[in-house]
Amino acid sequence: MQNKASDKRNETAKKVMGLLRPYSGFLLLSLLCALGTVVTTLLIPILSGKAIDHMTGQGKVDFPGLVLVLKQIAVVAAGTFIFQLIMNRINNYITYSVTRNLRQQAFEKLLVQPVAVIDRESHGDIVSRIVTDADSFSDGLLLGFTQLFTGIMTIIGTIGFMLQIRVSIALVVILLTPVSLKVAKFIAGRSYRMFSAQSRDRGELTEFLQERITLSDLVNQLGYREKTREEFLEKNRTLTESAMKATFYSSLTNPSTRFINALIYAAVGVAGSLVAIAGGITVGQLSSFLGYAREYARPFNEITGVVTEMQNAMACAQRLFAIIESKPVENGTEHLPEKVEGKVEMRHVDFSYDPQVKLIRDLSFTARPGETVAIVGPTGAGKSTIINLLMRFYDVNAGEVRVEGRDIRELDRASLRSRYGMVLQETFLFSGTIRENLMLGKPKATEEEMVAAAKAAHAHSFIRRLPKGYDTYLAPEGGSLSQGQKQLLCIARLMLALPDMLILDEATSSIDTRTEIRIQDAFHKMMKGRTTFIVAHRLQTIRDADLILYMEQGRVLEQGTHRQLLEKNGYYAKLYRSQFVTEGA
Amino acid sequence: MRFAAKYLGDYKKEAILAPLFKMLEAIFELLVPLVMARIIDVGIASENRGYIATMCGVLVLLAVVGLVVAITAQYFSARAAIYAAGKIREDVFFHIGTFSRGRLEEMGTATLVTRITNDVNQVQNGMNMFLRLFLRSPFIVFGAMLMAALVDLTSALVFCVVIPLLGLVVYLVMKSTLPKYRQIQIQLEKVLLRVSENLEGVRVIRAFRVENRQKKEFARDTNELMNRQIGAGKIQALLNPVTYTLINLGIAGILWISGGAIQTGRLSQGEAVALVNYMSQILVELIKLANLILLLTRAMASAGRLEDILKTAGDERSYKEDTVCEDGELAIEARDLCFSYMGGRDTALTDVSFSLGEGQMLGIIGGTGSGKSSLVRLLRHAYDRTGGELLLWGRDVNSYRDEDMVKFIGHVPQKANLLAGTIRYNLLTAKKDATEEEMWQALEWAQAREIVEHKEHQLDEPVLKNASNYSGGQKQRLTIARALIKKPRLLILDDSASALDMLTERKLRQTLLSLPWKPTIVLISQRASSVMSADRILVLEDGHVAGFGTNEELLEDCEIYRQIYSTQFGKEAVDAE
Repeated sequence: MQNKASDKRNETAKKVMGLLRPYSGFLLLSLLCALGTVVTTLLIPILSGKAIDHMTGQGKVDFPGLVLVLKQIAVVAAGTFIFQLIMNRINNYITYSVTRNLRQQAFEKLLVQPVAVIDRESHGDIVSRIVTDADSFSDGLLLGFTQLFTGIMTIIGTIGFMLQIRVSIALVVILLTPVSLKVAKFIAGRSYRMFSAQSRDRGELTEFLQERITLSDLVNQLGYREKTREEFLEKNRTLTESAMKATFYSSLTNPSTRFINALIYAAVGVAGSLVAIAGGITVGQLSSFLGYAREYARPFNEITGVVTEMQNAMACAQRLFAIIESKPVENGTEHLPEKVEGKVEMRHVDFSYDPQVKLIRDLSFTARPGETVAIVGPTGAGKSTIINLLMRFYDVNAGEVRVEGRDIRELDRASLRSRYGMVLQETFLFSGTIRENLMLGKPKATEEEMVAAAKAAHAHSFIRRLPKGYDTYLAPEGGSLSQGQKQLLCIARLMLALPDMLILDEATSSIDTRTEIRIQDAFHKMMKGRTTFIVAHRLQTIRDADLILYMEQGRVLEQGTHRQLLEKNGYYAKLYRSQFVTEGA
Repeated sequence: MRFAAKYLGDYKKEAILAPLFKMLEAIFELLVPLVMARIIDVGIASENRGYIATMCGVLVLLAVVGLVVAITAQYFSARAAIYAAGKIREDVFFHIGTFSRGRLEEMGTATLVTRITNDVNQVQNGMNMFLRLFLRSPFIVFGAMLMAALVDLTSALVFCVVIPLLGLVVYLVMKSTLPKYRQIQIQLEKVLLRVSENLEGVRVIRAFRVENRQKKEFARDTNELMNRQIGAGKIQALLNPVTYTLINLGIAGILWISGGAIQTGRLSQGEAVALVNYMSQILVELIKLANLILLLTRAMASAGRLEDILKTAGDERSYKEDTVCEDGELAIEARDLCFSYMGGRDTALTDVSFSLGEGQMLGIIGGTGSGKSSLVRLLRHAYDRTGGELLLWGRDVNSYRDEDMVKFIGHVPQKANLLAGTIRYNLLTAKKDATEEEMWQALEWAQAREIVEHKEHQLDEPVLKNASNYSGGQKQRLTIARALIKKPRLLILDDSASALDMLTERKLRQTLLSLPWKPTIVLISQRASSVMSADRILVLEDGHVAGFGTNEELLEDCEIYRQIYSTQFGKEAVDAE
């Protein structure tokens, strides 16, 4: 267990190194500056020790010698300033660039992850990884750079300087060093696990908050505010407790290493004094030693502090790498021609979201170029699933979907999707202006084209009444537009893009019938010569379809034209008649 | 600052003990150079090895006591900071819970979530570090100065110059970076929004193949974030070098003054060593502090953002004292009702008047954007109306408390939504003591019984986030069941059967009309067939009442209703009526 965890940590560390590779030039420069900083910093105790030795007692102060040393101190201090400043700035640059790169990589992976994965994963958790975890990672990394390098070098430098002054006293320090490291390592190892627990609990709370705040209105309507509070309190308590553990445990490092260092300081004091009595070193040299013993303490404190911080950073990086390394969606290489005829077939398709619950079984049909295929049936029959398969948001379990005679799995996804235009029941608009949303499928459209599409979709009149017309900025989730208005915008978006094949999944479900009728003309014009798949409840709109699939519980029970199906007098006929029976009549 | 202090106040014991123990720790540390000076001046000068050994024992003792004291301090500071942070999260979340719909729309949910998670986290770290260091550090700094003054007053003058200068540097750096960190947080929020949008809109992004555009926009946002971080870092990067330089020059100054003092015999060599030691002790302390200033500046920026939320009045709606029941017969009465959304150019509703008797059914029909949903929102007082009167059971809607509204009104929103959990859990959200029987009954009324019956775990079937494992129609029916389970006096269905097929919808409508407790029903729909059997039908057009009456009356004299009717049933149907 222990080994596995540390293997995983090493692996993460290796990946982080990979991220740093492009910045190796800067890293080198940063290292050089760190070296400069350390050397100049360590020279100060030596110089002040020398100064002390120039003033051995009353009337015995060597002023010219003292002044020379003080001048040296000034020069060295200037050196520290310059090296440190350059180092800090480089480290900032590297850290923030690497964090940005990490965020971008994770985000880019989201763009190619299978839709199935995105549907399945918790969105709150992903957001928390890319935002919060990346931030924690950046904090840890920055601390690592600024303090780890200088810390290690200070330790090495200090030992070097001490050896130079007096080997025996230096040995006292060196022998005690492993104790300090051991303690730090022990604590760091333990806190890594606690930090992971904290990350997990935070992710869960974030997820909960996201749901309850988004649905706050609903929570209030249900009178569920009190209960939501209770649930929140429970989750908050869990997080508070795991945070307490992680924070307290990791904060033990500092006092512990400081303790070890105090011991080292005492040991140096005694050993140094004894050597000084024997005449081995001067008081000034002892002062330098004590200065080092103190300086020696700091890097250990820092390194251990950094190590715990780095553990946290690594835990966060691990969560980001998990996204970055997730399998991208498989993609075919073949491209469809510029203009497709629009022949679409399903052959013996089996599909289910959950292997345990069979959904679509042995579905076959053919849509010839320019035909309209309507999919009808009660809710939950699997109508939207067909759309998922056509667009290849999901892959079939068995059988194949063919477009223009080619299995769509051989096709480049972008090439396939570029031939489809779709309006879904669940409207989605980006936060941005209406114009940006409309131009999504055709960024180069002219103003006239855009307005024409909006007019055709009967969206122009309400857009014009918005505070800034087409430049009105939509808040996330479409802001205060009604469902119907959002749907009209989605239709306008499609009408502007106008690809060769269309998918309309309940495209007008939130639009009133009068507006719907008015749009029908535009729809008919659009559908002409374009293979179209329609999912609809209002059977009236699909009467003219070339092929109607009647589905129930994932199975296509009937297929044929409106006339054929009515003659058959089966499920479809029953459904159709039910719509034109009015209770009052 | 005051914000954090308020919360730490709840953990007064810990918040006081932590810095107190830190100070104890500092005292023990400050004694060390003095002991060392004694070792040099007494032990080495008189070559007394026994004395040196004793003093060494003192040093070890100081270290042990220091360790115990330090761990205690860490514990108390962690406890105070983390529990206070927990309380902040609680308060902010509860406060957000009181936000009205309008307020939430205005603020956006993404930013609220980051504030509770990210910002509170920053504040927590800030408080923890503050307790640990911000009292200890001045104590060490001034303590070192005091000790130095005890050793030699003239030399302490150097401290008097260096320390204020250091203070000034710290202050200037904090002051100039604080606004920059606010900017960084704002940009971070943009990044958050971008990520969550790309998850929610994955189908649209893939379908329109705008992955590249999204990638570019994200790159632009993260680049901007990086630039802002580097900008703040530039100032921050000055802190350590300046501190080092000042201290090193201070050491030079002390050595210079000590030289003179030793020459005249005022100072011993051991004391000079102690003075240098104190100066470098300040350095060590300030370097630690400098690393934390970054944290603290950020924490302050975050605390400001949290305060902003807590200061925002969550509920801008007005309440009225009104307990008089004018008329028991009418369930709803609207007189010249007007409404416009905040910042909206147009009025959403103008002079809407109608009334509905108890136990009756009102159908509302009209085009997209005609004001149907706005009317419903006013009915449950989600917004304040701008003018006119709106009475519910004879009382002004503004006079009902939200708790009462919840009790009386069962509302099924346009966009069906379930909470993550199980079906049972969702039904219990509406009625916490519902029995198994009541649940099945509600499901049956909502035509949702078969959905649940087909599930492996029945009522305990899981509901994923956004109910993504249910189809639109299933979600709608489950949402209706949830509204029915508490048997509300007024049932509002806001186009909540749009994803249902006609057959199911018809069955649902029939059930609604025969509910045993005879609720008053407001039903919004796009379809004439859904509302035609209602007792009263309100036809809305661009926020105005275009017609109000029964199906027959409206077919007679409301042109718009006739049009809607004919688009659904054909011209002949209208004539036939």
